[in-house]
Amino acid sequence: MEILRVEGVNKSFGGLRALNNVNFSVEEGTVHAIIGPNGAGKSTFLNCMIGRLAPDTGTVKFGDISLTGMKPYEINQVGVSRVFQTPEIFSELTLLENVMIPTMAKRDGVFALHAFKRLDQDTEIVDQALHMLEDVGLAEKKDSIAGSLSRGDKRRLELAMCLSQEPKLLLLDEPTAGMSRADTNNTIDLLKRIGDRGITKVVIEHDMHVVFSLADKVTVLAQGTIIAEGKPEDIKGDPRVQEAYLGGAHL
Amino acid sequence: MDVILLQLLNGLDKGGAYALIALGLTLIFGTLGVVNFAHGALFMLGAFCAVSFNALLSLELVTIDPDKTTAWGTPLEIRTPYVEAYLGDFGAWLLNFSVPVSILLAIPVMLLVGFVMERGLIKHFYNRAHADQILVTFGLAIVLQEVVKSIFGANPIPQSAPETVRGAADIGAVLGFDPGVIVYPYWRMVYLGFAAVVIAAVFAFLQFTTFGMVVRAGMADRHTVGLLGINIERRFTIVFAIAAVVAGLAGVMYTPILPPDYHMGMDFLVLSFVVVVVGGMGSLPGAVAAGFLLGILQSFASMNEVKAILPGIDQIIIYLVAVVILLVRPRGLLGRRGVMES
Amino acid sequence: MATQTSPMRDYIFFAVFAVAVLTMPVWLEPIGAGYPDLLQKFAIFGLFATGFNLLFGLTGYLSFGHAAFLGVGSYTAVWTFKLLGMNPIPAAIMAVIASGLFALAIGYVSLRRSGIYFSILTLAFAQMSYNLAYSVLTPITNGETGLRVLQSDPRLFDGSTESDGPLLSNLFGIEMTGYAGFYFCAVVLLIGFFIAQRIFRSPFGIMLRAVKTNQNRMTYTGLNPRPYTLAAFVISGMYAGLAGALMCITDPLAGAERMQWTASGEIVLMTILGGAGTLLGPIFGAALIKYFENIFSAFNEQTLHEIFGFLPDWIEYPIVSVSSLFVGEGWHLTLGVLFMLIVIFLPGGLMEGIARIRKLFRRKPGKAEPSGAAAPAE
Repeated sequence: MEILRVEGVNKSFGGLRALNNVNFSVEEGTVHAIIGPNGAGKSTFLNCMIGRLAPDTGTVKFGDISLTGMKPYEINQVGVSRVFQTPEIFSELTLLENVMIPTMAKRDGVFALHAFKRLDQDTEIVDQALHMLEDVGLAEKKDSIAGSLSRGDKRRLELAMCLSQEPKLLLLDEPTAGMSRADTNNTIDLLKRIGDRGITKVVIEHDMHVVFSLADKVTVLAQGTIIAEGKPEDIKGDPRVQEAYLGGAHL
Repeated sequence: MDVILLQLLNGLDKGGAYALIALGLTLIFGTLGVVNFAHGALFMLGAFCAVSFNALLSLELVTIDPDKTTAWGTPLEIRTPYVEAYLGDFGAWLLNFSVPVSILLAIPVMLLVGFVMERGLIKHFYNRAHADQILVTFGLAIVLQEVVKSIFGANPIPQSAPETVRGAADIGAVLGFDPGVIVYPYWRMVYLGFAAVVIAAVFAFLQFTTFGMVVRAGMADRHTVGLLGINIERRFTIVFAIAAVVAGLAGVMYTPILPPDYHMGMDFLVLSFVVVVVGGMGSLPGAVAAGFLLGILQSFASMNEVKAILPGIDQIIIYLVAVVILLVRPRGLLGRRGVMES
Repeated sequence: MATQTSPMRDYIFFAVFAVAVLTMPVWLEPIGAGYPDLLQKFAIFGLFATGFNLLFGLTGYLSFGHAAFLGVGSYTAVWTFKLLGMNPIPAAIMAVIASGLFALAIGYVSLRRSGIYFSILTLAFAQMSYNLAYSVLTPITNGETGLRVLQSDPRLFDGSTESDGPLLSNLFGIEMTGYAGFYFCAVVLLIGFFIAQRIFRSPFGIMLRAVKTNQNRMTYTGLNPRPYTLAAFVISGMYAGLAGALMCITDPLAGAERMQWTASGEIVLMTILGGAGTLLGPIFGAALIKYFENIFSAFNEQTLHEIFGFLPDWIEYPIVSVSSLFVGEGWHLTLGVLFMLIVIFLPGGLMEGIARIRKLFRRKPGKAEPSGAAAPAE
């Protein structure tokens, strides 16, 4: 079953055509990778899906809901979470607080004025957040300030924040960018484990090692157009893809 | 028609002062990335340069004329300013022209003030949060104005324009309206011309010198200019000093229009900030245009006809414009997108 | 929050604070601050700063126009006296409602922008209110003279009671001046402090700190930051309005100068001096500033000579002439210098200073109040 369907999306910046009539769909429960050389329009594409940018034309449908024109927080509330290229976390707050916030957002919605009850007495939220931190292996650091974490740990924290919302669809923008090999492998393991929860994932990635160890399906974007789509092993051999990647040195 | 013209003229000189202060604010903000709440204080310091210069020139030599007595029978004291006693006619001329001549004093003084301020304080705040910059310069502004208050007292000290430009011109008569309808003081014309010259000079400096080119490049993209290996720090100091001089001169020349007191800087600062925001943070032409625009708008709003329809509009027009502009056109009239937005 | 807080700890903390506030007349006596007028100011400005801190300390939005709410609260309180009678409770309630509505309107518009634009918008609104209070709104505000209660006012509930002398607010017969006035303000401060403490520990409080830290993440977490900041702005405006009402309860006179932007600047200073983002800091800062204002402005050259009298004359005179700049009329100079020193050397305020000292002695993370540094909303 399709969970996300993008139809005829165009986006230009000034004279530059960043996305050219992109059609794209994601099957529920799969990991779908979007790859492409630098400047191919991957991030623009992701931003159009998440409501950060408004596409010039075209529609983005999540199940039966049209995401176009929705605010980012509304998109999140219908079940789409996002991991950013550089981890976006609440760096002045503790890890536990970082995870409690999305947990509350999931339970209480866009806005709730709980100004008079104590957060630490809200066992439901505290327990959920603690479980989540345990799942990503950060439980022992729950009281440290998030800003002091290593980059790999920040990424894990951000993943925990997204997962705590039990999203139907998780968008990941280069989740391993700038990470050491060890951190990358940890992240891959983590992402594989979340697969068990049946969360559909769309991954934008540079690192082919990550793509081929995770993805069920790969879409190749070059100069704003989809040039190939298929199973990872098919994509590997596709001459158009190799050409797009400068003779395929990368593969 | 004549009324409109009169208000237009009335708005221009105030607009000139706003434009000059806003120009410096924008220059500092655009290059140094610092929000300077002490800029109004620089305007005030300039004004007090004129006051001190005048006071200095007015120091009097007291001689006693033994042949004459006053009505009370005491010997007549003749008070002559030292400059007049020693320099004769030139001294008298100097005293008469003390306001414009004090520009010569104000330039080095303001350069020094700007230099010390930037090196001693502002420099350390380049990488601090804008809120911290606002707070520390706000504190500095209080300090400066209190120091001035303790030296010169709390009362306004009127300064007079040179005699030759003391009257008012009946512009209306020249343009064919009824005489006496559009009367405009000469000094305000002088101020307007002066403001125009200073603004032109700043723009020419930025446009036609290599230094100016670097500064403009810095305003467009500070980060890259820093990477080019250009010693941006030293230029920052100079830019700050120039901005201080511009504000100071605006203050010097404004003294015959508004008798300076210690809190004039704060009064102008709040308005100048509004001007900067309306013009667009970081846009020099925007600052100038908005300065004149708001000066004129304020002048129109204080017309009795307008006040009859909208009571109190003269008190709030500038703020109202700022609010509307910020809401419908966040980057201001001529500003770039995203400056100071998070 | 680097420390675990528990309800128990908080109640103890509150109890200690309450005892400290209520016994102020006793323990502040030795330093010459034990008299009612000053104590009332401590409580009133402490409340004002606590409210300001809920906005600035938690969300990082720096409002430069909070004095406007103080003014609205004051005017509302005096009008309530004039129309309903001299009981302080309706006055306080009406002031909170009026300033809340006013804050809702201003906040709704101003919060569309952030950073310095927000500061300037709030400043613009406050200046507008101030200018209007002085000019067109004279029928409501009585302009420069200030608004006061007259014998001829209707005062629905107690208008019949004839009294000579000035009209004072009274709570069921207790006149709100002197120590009675102080205790009334102190109780209101304690209520305000209790609410602030609850907000700090609540989910809402965490959301506000999230606004300060990362609005982008907040939006992509399914939260809309705007209603949160607006709620904080309104609550903080209500605190300011209540403080304004207290001013009129202890002295039934409201003037427009209360709304001037220098007054807004003062509350910013109190908050950062004590430590924005901490519970106690702003109250501490407010008390300190009011105390020194009181002490310093009472000094004159004569008293300075007495203080430095033990020095030889050639040292005494220069010292006295320099320090006389900072006292009496020159108190604002001290304030400005203090302002700069704090921002330069101790951006976290006195509470951060205390935390640092504790750390030095303990060599392990202190269990002081969390001291969030005063970062802006950007």
